[in-house]
Amino acid sequence: MTEPEQKTDPIPESLAAGRRWHDMGGDISGDGGGPIPREGHDYALWEKRIDALMVLCGEKGLMTVDGLRRVLEDMGPESFETMGYYERWIASVNQNLLEGGVYTTEELGTRMEAVARRGASYGEAAGG
Amino acid sequence: MPHDHPHSHDEGAVHSHEGMSPSGHPYRADNDTPLTYWQVMEIAIRELLIEKGHTDAAEITRQIDRMDARSPADGARLVARAWHDPAFRERLLADGSAACREMDLDIGPMHLIAVENSEAVHNLVVCTLCSCYPRNLLGLPPDWYKTRAYRSRAVREPRAVLREFGVDLPGDTTVRVHDSTADMRYVVIPARPRGTEGWSETELAALVTRDSMIGTGLPRQP
Repeated sequence: MTEPEQKTDPIPESLAAGRRWHDMGGDISGDGGGPIPREGHDYALWEKRIDALMVLCGEKGLMTVDGLRRVLEDMGPESFETMGYYERWIASVNQNLLEGGVYTTEELGTRMEAVARRGASYGEAAGG
Repeated sequence: MPHDHPHSHDEGAVHSHEGMSPSGHPYRADNDTPLTYWQVMEIAIRELLIEKGHTDAAEITRQIDRMDARSPADGARLVARAWHDPAFRERLLADGSAACREMDLDIGPMHLIAVENSEAVHNLVVCTLCSCYPRNLLGLPPDWYKTRAYRSRAVREPRAVLREFGVDLPGDTTVRVHDSTADMRYVVIPARPRGTEGWSETELAALVTRDSMIGTGLPRQP
């Protein structure tokens, strides 16, 4: 019996063992076993703002670090590949604030449409 | 959110992250790059929070400034004090948070545990579950700290990870890996370099690197 050649294991060992995707310790199957990418970047203003919003929302009791992590962990392994770090954070902050009734989905949707109409760059959209 | 850049999505294929952030995204260094969905969401949420009176623009700016002000230089001062003052070293190892506050380091509610390297023991810090890091002492973590490869391998093959960072330890050195949590952050107190007897705290602090306080590096040699 011939098996098709397998490039990498599509299911990380830790998931196969019933661990959740964010629990990466020790799983060197697939991407986890490769060299550690060492390139870095300076945080952009929008990333710093997301960090600041998370800290302030925590201090004001609008959400908790546990709440942030709950949503991040529920996002699943795809999010780690398709979204940046602070993109995952703002998605989680949003989910927590919606659940907490800080604003409604309608308020958010309306505002996001208005923001997007202001311009094609972050600077233009944030300056309105 | 669809990718806005070419990216192989072959099932099971190893992604090439060359020129990309660890999460596979191109860097967006400036604010004049095309607006993304998540940036729109950040702006919208920030404006709604301000309009509803939960915060204001000045408070957000102050929080960013506070975070920007934190850097490995703070940790370096802490380490240099511990090298210089044996009584402080004892207090730091007993209660890291209290020792930071003693030096007026603004670490907030962070629970900090200091672990000390010696000739016999080398400590390494990781967060396998996410990205917990002593950010209130060292500033925001480097990107590699948050990568899948570092989080996976640090607890499985720490010596290989250390070699990748240029730290080749003798085989009889004990390696201790500390897995951070949201409630507990670690900082490594590297071993004081030889030949620094009589140095001032300021001179000593200049030898302390960020990576030496994560455990992936050693302090500079005099």
